[in-house]
Amino acid sequence: MVGKGAMSNSIEEIAGADMILVIGSNTTEAHPVISLRMKKAVRNGAKLVVIDPRKIELTKWANRHVQLKIGTDIPVLNAMAHVIIKEGLYDAEYVENRTEGFEALRRHVEIYTPEFAEELSGVPAEDIAATAREYAAASPKASICYTLGITEHSCGTHNVQAVGNLALLCGNFGRENAGVNPLRGQNNVQGVSDMGALPTDLPGYQKIEKSEVREKFERAWGTPLPRRRGITKITALDQMVRGEVKAVYIMGENTVVSDPCSGHSRKALEAAEFVVVQDIFMNDTARLADVVLPAAAFAEVDGTFANSERRVQRVRKAVDPPGEARADWRILLDMFEYMGVPQDLESPSDVWDEVAALAPILSGISYDRLDKEGGIQWPCPTPDHPGTVFLHEDEMDSGMPGQFAPVDHIPPVEEPDDEYPLFLTTGRRRSTYHTGTQTGRAIGFDELVPHELAELNPLDADVLGIEDGEVVRVSSRRGSLDVHAKVTDRSPKGAIFMAFAHPDTAPTNILTNDAYDFITETPEFKACAVKVERLGAGDAAEAVAD
Amino acid sequence: MTSIATEAPVDVNGVAVPNRPGGRVLAVLRDAGASVPTLCYDDRLEPQGTCRMCLVEVEMNGRTETVASCTAFSEPGMKVRTHTKEIVEYRKTLLELLLSEVRDPAKDSKRAALGDYEFQAAVREYGAEADAFRPLERRQKVDDPNPFIARDYDMCIACFRCTNICNDWEQASAITVAGRGQDSNIFTKFSNLLMESPCTFCGQCVNTCPTGALTNRKLANAITPVSMDWEGEVEEAESNTLPAPSGDAVQLGPETAVERTKTICPYCGVGCGINLITQDGELVGSEPDFSAPSQGSLCVKGQFGSWDFINSDERLTTPIIKNAQGEFEPASWDEALTLVTDKFKHYRDTNGPDSTVFWSSARTTSESNYLAQKFARVALETNNIDNCSRT
Ligand code: SF4
Ligand code: SF4
Ligand code: FES
Repeated sequence: MVGKGAMSNSIEEIAGADMILVIGSNTTEAHPVISLRMKKAVRNGAKLVVIDPRKIELTKWANRHVQLKIGTDIPVLNAMAHVIIKEGLYDAEYVENRTEGFEALRRHVEIYTPEFAEELSGVPAEDIAATAREYAAASPKASICYTLGITEHSCGTHNVQAVGNLALLCGNFGRENAGVNPLRGQNNVQGVSDMGALPTDLPGYQKIEKSEVREKFERAWGTPLPRRRGITKITALDQMVRGEVKAVYIMGENTVVSDPCSGHSRKALEAAEFVVVQDIFMNDTARLADVVLPAAAFAEVDGTFANSERRVQRVRKAVDPPGEARADWRILLDMFEYMGVPQDLESPSDVWDEVAALAPILSGISYDRLDKEGGIQWPCPTPDHPGTVFLHEDEMDSGMPGQFAPVDHIPPVEEPDDEYPLFLTTGRRRSTYHTGTQTGRAIGFDELVPHELAELNPLDADVLGIEDGEVVRVSSRRGSLDVHAKVTDRSPKGAIFMAFAHPDTAPTNILTNDAYDFITETPEFKACAVKVERLGAGDAAEAVAD
Repeated sequence: MTSIATEAPVDVNGVAVPNRPGGRVLAVLRDAGASVPTLCYDDRLEPQGTCRMCLVEVEMNGRTETVASCTAFSEPGMKVRTHTKEIVEYRKTLLELLLSEVRDPAKDSKRAALGDYEFQAAVREYGAEADAFRPLERRQKVDDPNPFIARDYDMCIACFRCTNICNDWEQASAITVAGRGQDSNIFTKFSNLLMESPCTFCGQCVNTCPTGALTNRKLANAITPVSMDWEGEVEEAESNTLPAPSGDAVQLGPETAVERTKTICPYCGVGCGINLITQDGELVGSEPDFSAPSQGSLCVKGQFGSWDFINSDERLTTPIIKNAQGEFEPASWDEALTLVTDKFKHYRDTNGPDSTVFWSSARTTSESNYLAQKFARVALETNNIDNCSRT
C-alpha cells in the first residue's frame, strides 16, 4: 500500500518513539535485541501496547495487553480506525496530501465499533478505544512493530493492510520514530527478496512482467528472459504432486520440517523426478534428494546479509569449509559453467558489483564502502548517498499516494470444534531457532529448552486433568505427537502454543494446517484446531522410552 | 547544530575539538583521540562516576578542578588535561588498590590469549604493581555450573557494570548487588544460580565486565592458553588448563593469540554484529562487535550459539549421489555437477523450462541468492524461483 516489504523505519528509532504498538510479535523471544529498544523507549516514558493472544513476556513492560482471540486482529485494528476517524483524531492534512481512499475506509470501518470488535475478539471495547486514542495522540511518533503473528494467517495480507491503515490515518509513514515495521525472522530474509529470488521480481523489486525492466536485464545478461512470472513454492509443491514440475533445486532450507503440513511437502518431493539439495547438514529434506551438495556455512564465506531495517552488512570468511564443502556462490558459478553459460564473475564482490549496476536501490553500495562505513540502508542510489534511515519521507516509496485498504475479518480456516476443541498456535523461543539445525548443535542449549513444550492454560489443564511437565498427546486432523505439557497462563484459555525446533521428537508441523494466505501464500502457522489428551499408561511408558 | 560552528572549541591536551552541547567531557576527549580508563562506565548506560579512574583536570573561566569525565558536562572553551602528573599517579594508586582486591590478572594465560580486559590494559599502561598494598580477602567464586557464564568474583572490582547492564539495558533483573564496599557481592535471587534466575543468557554482563570476573565459559573452554612476555611473543602453553598461580607465572603481553573476524550473526533478521574468534585456523567462539549498529547487544543465540554448529562433525563434506538402490554414495564434484546439470538440461529441453524450479534461501548470502535467481532465469530459463522467506 506504500511500497516494498521492509521496515519503514530503523531499529534504533524504536527507542525514540512515543508509543509502540506491538502486534503478533513475541519480540523478547524472536527478536531479543529489538526488544531492548522497546524496553528503552518504555524507560524513557513511551507507551507500549501489546496486541497478542498470548501473555508474552513483553507484556511485563506494556501499559496494556490487548489479549484478543486468535485470528481476530482485523476487528480490533478496524475498530481502532473507527475510533480515530469518528473522534476526528486522524491527521487530516496528511490524509489529504499523501493518501488515497480515505472515504472508502471511513465507510468501511463504520460498522466496526469497538463493541462489535469486542464481540469478535473478546477485547473490552474501552481498551480498544483507549489504544486508538493513545496511538493517535502519540502520532507522528508512533511505531507499529509486527511479525509472523500477523502474517502467518490465511488473512495475513489483510492484517498487514489493516495495520497500514492506522499508520496512514495518523501520518506515521515518512516520519522519524514512527512507521510500520515488520521484523523479519531469518538473518537474510530481506536480502533474498532484495536479490529477486522471487517468482515476480528481478533484483531490486523490479517486476519481471514489465517489458522495460526485462529488456534492461536482457541487455545486461545477454540473453532473452522468460516473460511470465514464475510459480511460488506452494504452487510448485502442488505441481510436483500432479507431475508438472519434475526437477527441483533446493538451496539450504529444510522444507520438509519447516513447511506446514510437512506430510504434503514430503509427498511432493517424493513425486518429483529429480531433487537436488544444497545444505550444510543432512536433514529430512536432503534425505529425499537424488543429489546432495555440501555447502559452506556463514563463517566460511564472504558476502552480505540485509537485515530487517534494510541494512546491507558484510559477512566475512573466518575459516575454511570442511572437506569438499563449497560456498553457495562458488557452487552456483560452477553450475553456470556446466550448463554452458559461464559467468565472468570470480568473487562475491564481483557479484555485488553486478547487483549494484542493475538494482537502483542498491547502486550506491560497494564492498569498499561497507568496509569503511559499516552497514548501509537501502535505498542508496549513488556512491555519495548516505543510505536511508526511514522510508517515505517526501513521498511514498511506491511513488503514489498511500492507499487505504478496507479489509474485513476472515476467521482462521480451521477453528476449534467439538472434536478438536483447542487452537494450536506456533512460534519461536529465544534459545532455539527455526528448525533447530543450528541451535540444536550448540553446546549448552539443550539445557535451556531440553525438549519441545506444549504451553497450556491452567484452566484447560484442569479440565483435562493434565499436570505441568507430563507428556501429553496433541493431535490434529493431520497428525499427532507426544510432547511435554507446560502449564502456564502465557497461553490463553482455549489455545496451546508450540515451537518447532525439536523436529526429531516433536515435529510440530505435522499438526499445522496447509491453509495459506490467498495473496502471499504465507502458511497459516498461527492457527489450527487440535485436541490434547493424557497418555494411557502404555503410551506413557513408550513416550518416556523415546 | 549551528551552535557547534559558533561556539568556542574544547581544548583537550592541546587538541581543539568542537564542544558537544549537553555532552560529557568523556565524549569530547574521545573525539580528540585521548583516552582514559573508564572502569565503571558503559556507553549504553547512564554514567555512575564511581571508579574515579576517568578523572581529568579541567580549566574553565580561570578555575581549575578535577572532575570525573564520564559525568561532567563539557562546555565551550573548556581546557581538559587527561594526563597530568598528579592524575597519572592517582590512577596508578587506584589501580593498585583494586589489584589488592583481586587475583593477579597477569597470571591468567587464557585471558592472555584473548587479549587484555580493560582493567588489565590499564594496569599495564599505568605500571600498577600487584603487591603495592596488602591483599584483601577476595570475593567468592560462585559455583554456578550453567554452560555459558563463569562467575569468578575473585576478579571482581565491584564496578557494577554487570548489574547495571542487566537491570537497565537487558532489563532482565537477573543479578543484583548486596552489601557495600569490599563486602559487596553480586548474586541472583534465591539459589544464586543463573539457570534458576530470570537470566536470558544475553551475555551482556560478560561483555561489559572490565576484568574477566565474568567470562564466556564456552569460549574459555575452547581456546588454548598461551604464555606471553612483555615483548609480546606468543608461545603455546603446555596444557589446556590454567597454570597454577605461582610467583613466576606467565605475564600478559600486548599481542593476542587469536584472530577476530568482523561479521554478522547468522540467526535472526536483526543482524547483530559479531566477531568470530579463531585460533590456529579453528573457530573457537564469538563476541559482540561493539562498532555495529547493534551496539554490542546480542541474544543467547548470537552470544553463545553462533559457532559450534560450524564445527559439528555431522557437516556434509562431500557431494553425495543416491544410487539405484536408493543409497547415498560419495561422489566427486565433477560427477555431481555433471549429473545435476544434465538432468536439469534434460527436463528443461524435454518438459519445458517451467518443469524445473529453484528455491533459494534466507540463510545464505545475498550474492548467492542473486546467482540463484540468475541461474533459474538464465540457465533454467524459468521464473520459477522462490525462497523460504514466507516461512
Ligand atoms: S547474561 Fe544477561 S540476563 Fe543474564 S545476568 Fe548477564 S546481563 Fe543479566
Ligand atoms: S544475536 Fe540474537 S538478536 Fe542478534 S541477530 Fe543474532 S539471533 Fe538475532
Ligand atoms: S568511568 Fe568515570 S568514574 Fe568510572
